[in-house]
Amino acid sequence: MRIAILSDIHSNREALDAVLEVVGERGWDELVLLGDLVGYGPDPVYAVETAADLVDQGALCVMGNHDEAIAFNKGGMTENARIAASWTRERLTSAHVDFLARLPVSLTSEDRQYVHASAERPGKWLYIRDVDSAERCLSSSVARFVFCGHTHIPAIYYALPGRRPICFQPLANVAAPLSAVGRLVVNVGAVGQPRDGNPAACFTLVDTQRHEVSMIRVPYAYEETARKIADFGLPAWLGMRLKIGR
Amino acid sequence: MQRFEAGAIIDGFELVERLASGGMASLWRANSPRFDFPLVLKVPFLDPGGDVSVILGFEAEELILRRLSGPHVPRFVASGSLSEIPFIAMEFVAGTSLAQLMSNAPLPADEVARVGSEIAKALAALHRQKVVHLDLKPENVILAERGAVLLDFGLARHAELPDLLGAESSVPMGSAAYMAPEQVLGERGDPASDLFALGCILYQLATGEEPYGRPATFAGMKRRLYHAPRPPRDLNGAIPRWLEAIILRCMEVDRSKRYVDAAHILSDLRNPDQVVVAGHLPRSKEIWATIRGLFRKTDDRSLVGKPTTSRLQSGPSIVLVAVDLANGNDQLAKEVLSETARVLGSRQDSWLACVTVLKTEIIGDTPTVDESGRSEYLKRLVALKDWSRPLHLPEDRISYHVLEAVSPADAILNYAEHNDVGHIVVGARASSAIRRHLGSVSTKVVAQALCSVSVVRLKVIEEQGRR
Repeated sequence: MRIAILSDIHSNREALDAVLEVVGERGWDELVLLGDLVGYGPDPVYAVETAADLVDQGALCVMGNHDEAIAFNKGGMTENARIAASWTRERLTSAHVDFLARLPVSLTSEDRQYVHASAERPGKWLYIRDVDSAERCLSSSVARFVFCGHTHIPAIYYALPGRRPICFQPLANVAAPLSAVGRLVVNVGAVGQPRDGNPAACFTLVDTQRHEVSMIRVPYAYEETARKIADFGLPAWLGMRLKIGR
Repeated sequence: MQRFEAGAIIDGFELVERLASGGMASLWRANSPRFDFPLVLKVPFLDPGGDVSVILGFEAEELILRRLSGPHVPRFVASGSLSEIPFIAMEFVAGTSLAQLMSNAPLPADEVARVGSEIAKALAALHRQKVVHLDLKPENVILAERGAVLLDFGLARHAELPDLLGAESSVPMGSAAYMAPEQVLGERGDPASDLFALGCILYQLATGEEPYGRPATFAGMKRRLYHAPRPPRDLNGAIPRWLEAIILRCMEVDRSKRYVDAAHILSDLRNPDQVVVAGHLPRSKEIWATIRGLFRKTDDRSLVGKPTTSRLQSGPSIVLVAVDLANGNDQLAKEVLSETARVLGSRQDSWLACVTVLKTEIIGDTPTVDESGRSEYLKRLVALKDWSRPLHLPEDRISYHVLEAVSPADAILNYAEHNDVGHIVVGARASSAIRRHLGSVSTKVVAQALCSVSVVRLKVIEEQGRR
């Protein structure tokens, strides 16, 4: 089975289109959107409507903290995120907001759990940035594999029986093994706002027959996204970071 | 735990005969109607509650072997999953085990060099595929008709795969007799560690003794960081200085002082006359250095030096430049020199082989002697050295070769392939009727080289233009 997992689209139409084109070429049996469809970027309507179409076609979709903040008018974000969130809310119709509000915070398919941030209290949006938080995530889940996003940085944590997990920085477009021995936390990277220094959009492909997971990088025209961000008067840093991938 | 008998069938593979093996897995000669070559099945010993590193080693070997190709590894055939019956099926490699050959050590120097160059060639091929073996020892090398074949990748490391084994423990993993100092300190992933192990193997082939014995404790293994083994010539006076120099350079504690890569060892073993033999320190100075060392408190990590992996990626390690000096040091030869300097500039420790070809009419023709009595060969060698002088390379980074051949292109290609050259620089003369008819040297080199080729051509000046 081939599983395509997309996280942190963040209203980035150019990145989403580029990624979906590659996903279409590769083919998939399960398509998962790991949340944060909106926030930061200039095309929230397009992002929500594309996600809704994919869900109609059978895709799985979970909620992210930006989706929650916009759907339920919640605070607690950085200034840039807050400005973008209130701008986004003005753009969306009630049907769009309703779609976001109904998203579950966690979904499970076979031996895989899908969450936006961590399986440890999914609605608390905890960051998995180290071995300890990855270990806590796994101990909160019964699934063999937990897939998440939220940090915008691809990573694989391998947890072996009775030992501390190890963190592996997956290489772009190079398959890493799904170890037959241990459990894994896979951070799938970000489609719409990568922060690992590589501005190319990132999504994850899992091949359960080959026992492999690959982070696929898709270059896209971020200048266009940044131009729209500037035109709409959104914070300049939100455009700049797309160009440098930080 | 499952025990298998001859005649048992696992996933379509029939077990024929049990072979001798180590403590991690059983080895079986096997048959399968799907494959028309002899097979081996490796079945790990998996006891419930047993050591998890056996499983990890099995998984690592499966992942790595499946990614490797070429004549220097056994061909991967199939594997069985851990949830059913775990096994790795691979090609059975016929040949002599290096362990068997080792029982006849000490061997004559030319035999040591021949075996060593086979292993160096296999290591170069392995390292090119981003894999470090980390358990190179006589039991894991088969000398087959097609060259040396490396076995057992249970401790190996692939640069693009997570190291599930390495994060497991700080206990050094490998074979105590051949393990590199940085590996003793728990580092896994530097190709220089395999070069150290090759040095230990050469030492043992030449002297008949293991350089460090087989210490069983961590402290015993760490001794190699502070105490050099006895020089090979102390044990066997018949060992030539060049071979001792090669062995000791492989076994430097500081890996930045070891050979840059396996291809350099191969080249030195094949061309003993190019090996730089450093003068030995007088005994008294050596003793003083040891005493000073006792009082200097150094960090173990600083003794083994920095990892060599990053420099290996910065450029080709062996560059071959083919220059035509038949017309003296002309404009094209000068241009070839500047291009060579640019290619060498990408890497501080790259090594240059300067080649010029002396054309002979018939194969086996002796070098012509001109009126003054100096052989044309020597003349060219002098010209070649003079040509390369502006590069200011130290003598251990450059070698000179005047090849006598009917076909210059074949001579260049042959040298490049034989010495695992990473980049060729060659000049191309302006087009002429004869050249168009016969085909140029550079065209043939470009078409048939197994590595990158830079072709240097003088910019055509307008007036002479193509007409």
